[in-house]
Amino acid sequence: MLRSKCIEAIYPEIQDKLVVTIMGSAAQELYDLGHRDNFFYLQHAMGLASSIGLGLALSLPDEQVVVFDGDGSVLMNLGSLATLARYRPKNMTHIIFDNGSLLSTGGFESHTTSGITDLAKIADGAGVPNVAMTRTPMEFVEAVADAFERDKFSVIVAKVEAVGPDHFGMDLKLPENAFNFERYIREKKKAKEQ
Amino acid sequence: MTVSRDNSKMVYQGIKDAGVDFITALAETWLVYLMQMADDDPHMEMVEVAKEEEAIGIASGAHFAGRKNVLLMQNHGFMGSINGIVSLSKLYSVPLCMLIAYRGHMGEPYFWHTQGGMVTEPLLQALSIPYDIARDPEKVGTQIKQTLTYSQSLLGPVALLLSRDLMED
Repeated sequence: MLRSKCIEAIYPEIQDKLVVTIMGSAAQELYDLGHRDNFFYLQHAMGLASSIGLGLALSLPDEQVVVFDGDGSVLMNLGSLATLARYRPKNMTHIIFDNGSLLSTGGFESHTTSGITDLAKIADGAGVPNVAMTRTPMEFVEAVADAFERDKFSVIVAKVEAVGPDHFGMDLKLPENAFNFERYIREKKKAKEQ
Repeated sequence: MTVSRDNSKMVYQGIKDAGVDFITALAETWLVYLMQMADDDPHMEMVEVAKEEEAIGIASGAHFAGRKNVLLMQNHGFMGSINGIVSLSKLYSVPLCMLIAYRGHMGEPYFWHTQGGMVTEPLLQALSIPYDIARDPEKVGTQIKQTLTYSQSLLGPVALLLSRDLMED
């Protein structure tokens, strides 16, 4: 299963959601499908994408928050799964693309390669109310659709190949991304209040 | 030496007066009363983290959502959060208001806090993070407001170190 195909398959469903991605391939593949101001790409600070999602989801209960994470990033901040499970924001879906590899930094195998470490089991053990392990595009799309419909915090692990885009680059400065993301939320709130 | 309940009340009142309604925290002895007050306050949302670096992400999310928020942590937690502070708050120009229990400075009776105490201010300086030290309960409210205001105009991290004089009786 390719991460790019997974993202493409759910792109229509996430266009109006607040999306936070990790650095590297996941960010690039989403950006290439068409950037929107409600997409925030955390191009560094590995491990904190889901924490940003938590702050957003708790503060904006009427919004749907989607986080694209990776095995390398999640392994850097495993405690955050326990924090997420404790506060279990029901308007948040945490998608972990597990390619078993630190792809962006030389392709060294991560701890999840060959199923040594099972992130879905860790999420389940942390107390996440809805956890799915997916290995085919069909399973992935179904799990995401199910998570978006459920009123429960969900973690979806997607086992994907260690393949990334053949190019990197965005016409978007990092603070610009942050300013536009914050403005998008502010203006949407204002429009709702009127 | 005990944690000052009265001064903790002054600190909490300062947080409230600054318009804060969201706190990200990790428990620490000097912060116990503050966190209890936040817990008991129906108008305050508090998220307790497993490790302080998470709080940098959560606070950034709360900021994007338009909420005035502060972090409560110990200086050793600040040290464990530096990559998040550099690679999120500073890199993306996101305001961050940190209220930090300043353990390990003059008068510290516990050896385990001493090394962290010695390097806290040099680290803040090395990271170009503006900071102030709160010693006087009468002034801490103003200092909290100033720290929050500055983080929002600077669009980056600012710290207020909560000292022994303030936090202990």
